[in-house]
Amino acid sequence: MLLWQLFVSFLKIGFMSFGGGYAVISMIQYETNRFGWVSGEELRQAVSLSGMSPGSIATNSATLIGYRAAGLPGAIAATTGIVLPSLIVVILIAACFYRLHSSFWVKSSFYGLRPIITGLIVYAAIHFGFPDRSAGAIFNWTTFATLLIGAASFAAVTKYKIHPLKILFLSACAGIILF
Amino acid sequence: MENKITQKLLLLGELFWVFFKIGPSTFGGGYAMMAVIEQEVAGKRKWMDESEMSDLLSIAGSAPGGVGVNASAFIGYRLGKIPGAAAAVLGITLPTFLIVYVLSFFYSYLQEVPKVQAAMKGINGAVLGFIGAAAYRMAKSALVDWSTLAAAAGSLAVLLLTGWNPIFMILAGLGLGIIIVRAKKWLGLKVVTEKTSSSGQAETGVIEYYI
Repeated sequence: MLLWQLFVSFLKIGFMSFGGGYAVISMIQYETNRFGWVSGEELRQAVSLSGMSPGSIATNSATLIGYRAAGLPGAIAATTGIVLPSLIVVILIAACFYRLHSSFWVKSSFYGLRPIITGLIVYAAIHFGFPDRSAGAIFNWTTFATLLIGAASFAAVTKYKIHPLKILFLSACAGIILF
Repeated sequence: MENKITQKLLLLGELFWVFFKIGPSTFGGGYAMMAVIEQEVAGKRKWMDESEMSDLLSIAGSAPGGVGVNASAFIGYRLGKIPGAAAAVLGITLPTFLIVYVLSFFYSYLQEVPKVQAAMKGINGAVLGFIGAAAYRMAKSALVDWSTLAAAAGSLAVLLLTGWNPIFMILAGLGLGIIIVRAKKWLGLKVVTEKTSSSGQAETGVIEYYI
């Protein structure tokens, strides 16, 4: 059943969503391809809309994909699925292993986990920047202009610490001029 | 007895409402959200003290999921056990759920308008930059030596070439870290699992996140 499938898939993703939203995009993409909930282009739109909204990009993407796949019940199933693991894991940590963070096991797992998350985020960026990786699609105006805005927004976030909302607004204006 | 139940319900309602208000104000998510939570929870309501706040930050950063949801679950649990955690998480999730829902509703009506399409393409560029910035920040805290650099490059290559399920990559990463640290210790090599600042103190130690 579609709702159950959405719930279980996002539940799995939720348990693995270390490092926040952007690493999760790769996982969502994998599950979406497998089940065919939405097309590649719709997924890209969902990620962009999620980036425009407050809150976690992972949860927002789950909501949008659930909605596109099965309407409001789908949105609820997917969102519950991705949020529930956080609730369960945090309650377990708070109830049992309070001083978990300083332990050897946690430190060494995170030592291996962080580079993998970096890989996942870079992979998500490549997929997002080049949704169609044929030669004709890579060297065209849309890709070029998207990369240009992307580079500007990267610099604005990391170097100048400009508020994301401002960047989104300016990029929308740039889009209207460039495309 | 009556009184106790009323008190409990009032607490649950308050938890829900506090996080309901924090939810939509957290544009830019992640650690921007933590400042608002700290102000509300430690400053205004005195629900937690300083040392509990630092526990909160490290747990919220290392548990899976968004920092905001994790932080709300932790605070909710400390104050009202499992019902408290559920109320707080519902509170922080509901407003963004509604915003995303309304936004996508409007977008589905407007997506055929050429100007909206062009603006959306511009926003795609901005989001690409956000993803790049997240990768850059994560790389800064993740790539502390050659083994971590190799692990990052290797995982990217595997994803691009094989199309394996990224969930397995995460599981592999958890195991890999323990194996590498063990092996290095066994070989008598120096092990640095976190980036350290010039004063020799480990930096926050939590995963750096963005949105």
